Amino acid sequence: MMIEIEQVSKQFTLHNQGGAEISVMQEANLSVAAGECVALTGASGAGKSTLMRMIYGNYLTNAGRIMVAGVDVASAEPRDILALRRDRLGYVSQFLRVVPRVSTVDVVAEPLLALGQDGAQAREQAKILLNRLNIPQRLWSLSPTTFSGGEQQRVNIARGFIHPYPVLLLDEPTASLDAANREVVLSLITDAKARGAAIVGIFHDLDARDRVCDRSIEIGQSAQALQ
Amino acid sequence: MTPLLQVNDIAKFYGARVGCENVSFDLYPGEVMGIVGESGSGKSTLLNCLAGHLPPDRGAVKFDTRVNGLVDTVTMSEPERRMLSRTDWAFVHQHARDGLRMSVSAGGNVGERLMAVGARHYGDIRETAVDWLGRVEIDESRVDDRPSAFSGGMQQRLQIARNLVTGPRLVFMDEPTGGLDVSVQARLLDLLRGLVREMGLSAIIVTHDLAVVRLLADRLMVMKDGHVVEAGLTDQVLDDPQHAYTQLLVSSVLQV
Repeated sequence: MMIEIEQVSKQFTLHNQGGAEISVMQEANLSVAAGECVALTGASGAGKSTLMRMIYGNYLTNAGRIMVAGVDVASAEPRDILALRRDRLGYVSQFLRVVPRVSTVDVVAEPLLALGQDGAQAREQAKILLNRLNIPQRLWSLSPTTFSGGEQQRVNIARGFIHPYPVLLLDEPTASLDAANREVVLSLITDAKARGAAIVGIFHDLDARDRVCDRSIEIGQSAQALQ
Repeated sequence: MTPLLQVNDIAKFYGARVGCENVSFDLYPGEVMGIVGESGSGKSTLLNCLAGHLPPDRGAVKFDTRVNGLVDTVTMSEPERRMLSRTDWAFVHQHARDGLRMSVSAGGNVGERLMAVGARHYGDIRETAVDWLGRVEIDESRVDDRPSAFSGGMQQRLQIARNLVTGPRLVFMDEPTGGLDVSVQARLLDLLRGLVREMGLSAIIVTHDLAVVRLLADRLMVMKDGHVVEAGLTDQVLDDPQHAYTQLLVSSVLQV
């Protein structure tokens, strides 16, 4: 198993709003094997994104274990999580967060540079992906901060797929894409599965979910304010 | 892996008032740590204790020296500490004029630090200085100009070149992008990120700007009233803050 989630719980304490406690998850379990794609489903606010962030490690886990490619993200030291993210755990979020002035090619190549790969080769790889994702060449040298929503999303996708991460988290990867680009993204996901990537995703696009996901997990509506 | 820096229970008092207290952490090679907190939270006091500018009242700051391994820099002799601050350590001040010699040319500012570690050949020094000015995007034609003729952003980049020319392993930065225009900040952030990655630098960055730490720091410490109230992975502390003060800090920013 590439991802093994056991008995995890999560609550938020809002100290500046009367100490309100919001319990989002209780004793949740999930396993994802190499080559498998699992969709998280459930209503808005059910905790799909929360679980994704707990797997990525930017949300703390209050109880339980989250084993990702050999690391328990729920208890690991920051530097172990950073190392995990560098070579084993990729994340395509819905938001592009970059240093403003950096060119699109460099933004996409960055995960490879962080792994110590040669700059020229990393940029070549980035260009291949940008091409595949139909980002016009005239945009490659510009910062993606001024791009349209769909273009930014494709830059994010290129960045998430440039390194063959064994574990991938996808947060609505096809949300604002046209039909042609949606096909490209679905083929990238299919390719990643074929090389053995374990994928967890949120897909509001039902047809896309049916095509790439092997099964769905409903995240329960346990979210309730306790105070 | 051995930590590059081991900080144990550092405390500094100003009379009865706490500057900082109970601060301990390890910093590993290649890691960038951000320290955030409001004015008066003790973050600059802590940075100055770590960098040897202020003697702490308690605690140890152990640095993994190239020759002798972990050595407590608090108890080492003044000449040893001065040597360290010219070789393996660097300090980037918020105000470039605090870290530059304003009456010396740009090339001289960079060359001076090289000479302090024994470089003597004028041609080599000048060549290295020009190379470093290029790396921080200052045109070669400005090598003989004094920093007083430079813009704020250029002065800051020159200060960075002066600090990094000797290939330090640990850089302390005090609000390195403070007081600069937003567009100039972005350029500086990009430059710092590239240098950190290429040189494998470790850095400790004090700032009140959460967007800056989001983009630069791997780990984050949040300080309030001289104490560390929360620490962890940068995006975890910013996306899922646990302490009441951190929640307030994060929710007070328009966009991080």
